[in-house]
Amino acid sequence: MRELDVSEVIPQVKKLCIEANYYIGEDVLEKLEEALTQEESPVGKEILHQILTNHRMAAKEEMPACQDTGVAVIFVELGQDLHLKGGDLYSAINEGVRQGYKDGYLRKSLVDDPVIERKNTGDNTPAIIHLDIVPGDQLKITVAPKGGGSENMSEVRMLTPADGLEGVMNFVVDRVRRSGGNPCPPIIVGVGIGGNFEACALLAKKALMRDLRDRHPEPKWAQVEDELLLRINRLGIGPMGLGGRITALGVKILTLPCHIASMPVAVNIQCHAARHKTAVI
Amino acid sequence: MSSEYKLKTPLEKEDLARLKIGDKVLLSGKIYTARDAAHKRLVQLIKEGKELPIELEGQVIYYVGPTPPKPGQVIGSAGPTTSERMDPYAPLLLDHGLKAMIGKGQRSNAVVEAIKRNGAVYFAATGGVGALLAKAVKSSRIVAYEELGAEAIRELEVEDFPLIVAIDAQGRDLYVEGVSQYCLP
Repeated sequence: MRELDVSEVIPQVKKLCIEANYYIGEDVLEKLEEALTQEESPVGKEILHQILTNHRMAAKEEMPACQDTGVAVIFVELGQDLHLKGGDLYSAINEGVRQGYKDGYLRKSLVDDPVIERKNTGDNTPAIIHLDIVPGDQLKITVAPKGGGSENMSEVRMLTPADGLEGVMNFVVDRVRRSGGNPCPPIIVGVGIGGNFEACALLAKKALMRDLRDRHPEPKWAQVEDELLLRINRLGIGPMGLGGRITALGVKILTLPCHIASMPVAVNIQCHAARHKTAVI
Repeated sequence: MSSEYKLKTPLEKEDLARLKIGDKVLLSGKIYTARDAAHKRLVQLIKEGKELPIELEGQVIYYVGPTPPKPGQVIGSAGPTTSERMDPYAPLLLDHGLKAMIGKGQRSNAVVEAIKRNGAVYFAATGGVGALLAKAVKSSRIVAYEELGAEAIRELEVEDFPLIVAIDAQGRDLYVEGVSQYCLP
């Protein structure tokens, strides 16, 4: 069985935290370029131009594209034939986050108690870690820093089967409408449908990890994604909510089977500074 | 048709009266930063009749919590945060001389009313463009509440800081009018 000392995880996580915050993905840049050609509002065009300039400038000067360098959301796929040794994985991941946020000059945006003291933890830990056990002997780590502005506009709703596809679409579009300019449009809309209360929220977040240029493998859901994007871009919210054609760059859906009585839907909204970087050890 | 203006702080009521929603403004001079925690403290001081650590008259508050600067940088990434969270505090500050706020996202009716009442303005800066906006910041120093870290009050010297008039002194709101202009049935 392959062995891996968890200390090897630390520099990888550190690097991913920094790179995710400095370098916005090519897929996002491509979609933003496309948006600039489609936007009709002069204010909207100016904003899209600023966003593209910013994302390129951040990469060139190696600084965070956005000052909200987020909570470090970490997806781990652990191969079941890999034996981890030398300590515990979660501590190693948090150490990587600690080092990345310090040495990368990233903002520490976490408070310890969520309500009473709200004191900054000082090192952006603890990370939010999602672990999946998968076949194989590798360790795949994705770091996805998530800002507060767009996360605050996200929502889970327990729809019922009678609400149907129309109910799902109305909820998604209405959630975007109510968010207005707050989540820094143009946004990416992650939608998790099915599972149960907590599973659909995680699905929505995972949907945001998909390449923005890809198409849903199931034609029926690809069609729903297209229809939702069309409806969202008819809202007129536009770049930064100041009016325009481009409110969203994409809608990404993931689904799971669910209970006969349920139809849970989660909408996780992602700002245009969509950040995630992956490494395989 | 929208216009482009260059303004310098402190702002005069007359400077602001001619601004219309959608106008582009390049702002220069000293501005202050404050977010949730600093606002809570400022409002508490006003309510207790105590002196504020900053002069509000004619001034501008920028809702921002920058990243730490790298060696050699004046400031790290410094884009706006969501303004809505400052809505409970903003009217009182406007009634005490604050002339403009810089942030992102729509404001409450109470804030729009306070803007009108005081001939003030709400500027939108583009969210998520922290690297670009940092270029317009020429100096930065903490003037109050250092213990709040990213939330401390800083005095920034800015040059041609790019803004869009989102709510003007007449109370017109681009978050409402802009969206209805581009909304399709």
